[in-house]
Amino acid sequence: MRPGRLMRLKGMMRKEWLQVIRDPSSIAIAFFLPILLLVIFGYGVSLDAQDVRIGIVVEQRDQPSLSFVGGFEQTPYFHPSTFLSIQEAETALRAAEIDGIVWVRQTFGSDYLTGQSPPIGLIVNGVDANTARLIQGYVQGIWGSWLEQQAELRGGELTPPVQLEQRIWYNPEVRSTDFLVPGVLAVIMTLIGALLTALVIAREWERGTMEALLVSRISAPEILVGKLIPYFILGMGGLLISLAMASFLFHVPMRGSLWLLLTTSALFLWVALGMGFFISTVFKSQFVAALVAMVSTFLPAFILSGFIFDIRSMPDLVQWLTHLIAARYYVSILQTLFLVGNVWSVILPNSAALVLMGLFFHGIVYRKTHKKLE
Amino acid sequence: MGGRLWALIIKEFLALFRDKKSRMAVILPPLVQLLIFGYAATFDLEHATLAIFNQDQGNFSRELIGRFERSTGFDIVGYLQSESQITPLIDGEGALLVLRVGEQCSQKVALGESCPVQVLIDGRNSNTAMLALNYVRTIITTFNQEKAALKGNGLPAQLNIRAWFNPNLESRWFIVPGIIALLAMIVTLVVTALSVAREREAGTFDQLLVTPLRPWEILIGKAMPGLIVGVGEASLIITVTVFWFKVPLVGSLLVLYPALIIYILSIIGVGLMISSFSTTLQQALLGAFLFIVPAVILSGFSTPIANMPQIMQAMTYLDPMRYFLTIVRRVFLEGAGLHYFIHDLWPMSLIALVTLSMATWLFRHRMY
Repeated sequence: MRPGRLMRLKGMMRKEWLQVIRDPSSIAIAFFLPILLLVIFGYGVSLDAQDVRIGIVVEQRDQPSLSFVGGFEQTPYFHPSTFLSIQEAETALRAAEIDGIVWVRQTFGSDYLTGQSPPIGLIVNGVDANTARLIQGYVQGIWGSWLEQQAELRGGELTPPVQLEQRIWYNPEVRSTDFLVPGVLAVIMTLIGALLTALVIAREWERGTMEALLVSRISAPEILVGKLIPYFILGMGGLLISLAMASFLFHVPMRGSLWLLLTTSALFLWVALGMGFFISTVFKSQFVAALVAMVSTFLPAFILSGFIFDIRSMPDLVQWLTHLIAARYYVSILQTLFLVGNVWSVILPNSAALVLMGLFFHGIVYRKTHKKLE
Repeated sequence: MGGRLWALIIKEFLALFRDKKSRMAVILPPLVQLLIFGYAATFDLEHATLAIFNQDQGNFSRELIGRFERSTGFDIVGYLQSESQITPLIDGEGALLVLRVGEQCSQKVALGESCPVQVLIDGRNSNTAMLALNYVRTIITTFNQEKAALKGNGLPAQLNIRAWFNPNLESRWFIVPGIIALLAMIVTLVVTALSVAREREAGTFDQLLVTPLRPWEILIGKAMPGLIVGVGEASLIITVTVFWFKVPLVGSLLVLYPALIIYILSIIGVGLMISSFSTTLQQALLGAFLFIVPAVILSGFSTPIANMPQIMQAMTYLDPMRYFLTIVRRVFLEGAGLHYFIHDLWPMSLIALVTLSMATWLFRHRMY
């Protein structure tokens, strides 16, 4: 070890720390941003459709018709409203006042009682395909229990050839918050990491202070480590806040071990900060670095990480591309640690990928920061 | 006056496009992102990985499993021999779901009882789990109905389902028009949010203020690049959406474009406001993210506004993207006309008016 290295490192860290404290925006990024984002994501992102506005058209108010539509009053999934004719209901659907129509025709009751197997119509607005599919599922559920109820009324039990029993593991209530909040952590940490550091090195080059650093006795690795540590501490602060909120505010179950969660999170933060340094070093101009950070961090982490859109549903080529997004590995680790437990066959390969990405980013930064001027 | 305004506009374009790196950073990423995200952002599940654990030897269970093997929705990844294999397979993400056919299934059916079938699904992604469950249910319901019809006791009633505007329920038709709104916002904001802050940090904005240019002229000069780049990039994306992704454009461009221009103006207003608040690029960058991220979430781009709690639903009215997103989706798929959008257009215009005036005022009144 060269003499005085510790002292130089301390000096560098102190300088960086003062810079952080004097520009309130860094503190805001580390502490205010995660709280704001977690509240917005945690409450705002939900795939659980409730109170679906459904229009009900019953043309003949007889017992079979009414017993079927009665099922819509009793679930929290629907907010039914009655229309007198199908034309009125279709106008409302076109004006986006309702999301679907249940249409029980005039002859339904009499045809049903004479055993002619009459149809019930369900029209959904398919623009939002995912919600439309959920509505179909809910209606099929109501329809299924109505059939059973009718079979019982007629004295026979409905014995279908195949009786399906379903178990959804890790999230039996199918609460989308439980899988979205861990994913949100990955998006937030990507943003924090990159935002904190994307301008840090470019700023020094642009203001000419990099030259001042280069002529001092400090070495290039010391500059980098001295810059990394303060931002790492800030980022860990933000991370702890986010983890606490996930547990205490959103009640996401925590089935894996805490130390493993902290270790993998620290690993991811190191990668995210590396990405920011990478952008900063490669582009050298604050303006371009800011442009690049804006287009290359949030959206890829949002769309390609598997946090909301399942990677398994993507075409092969895009699935392959997601391997370039660090957040994808962290999302996978987080969802498993929160909802399943310490599954090493998921955690180890994903952590290894993070290590590789981190080495790549920090390695390029290290190679490009040399004590020479161009 | 016309001359100096023109000069300012030219200067703004030069500032943005002069060097190659920033030219690339503005123009290229949205196109690449559209192509990738257009394919990535889907809620449709294809090739769900399925493992089968059959504890029965009879023909009935073989016939049932055959239905799953032939279905395009599932990829069979293995046949299990013992119960102990199930947990590690699902835990390690080896299979999304396991179908377990109970013992003596075929015998029970022969006796007129039901065959017990269990489906175990990885619920880590609850939406995927629900989709997979729906596929399984559909296959089993169809199977049951066919068997019942063979025995002469069909169902006493039918459920006919139709989906308007998107008959095959392709979520891509929903998401890709949304990407138009998303990328148009990001490009416009990137161009405008950094423009004033950059000059403030370099100190050239003060020079601009002491020229004879009036604040509204500065506003036009600063807004022009955003407007041209935003509308131009959006047009490119609309073209790709129609011709590459083949999303049907049922409605009229004459409805879409006025809405697009008002939308871009409101984003420019927000961008310039952020920019004139900030004294450094770092602050402008933070401000831009503080706007973009909530705006995307609250717009209903990925998950419906109707699923949000009441307070958040109220907050969405402040989000210009919310209005344009509704318009672009409904124009594309439903072909809805202008009269449906009065209640989306006026709030968006109001946001544009307020933010643009605020930005103009801030040019002169934030002087440090």
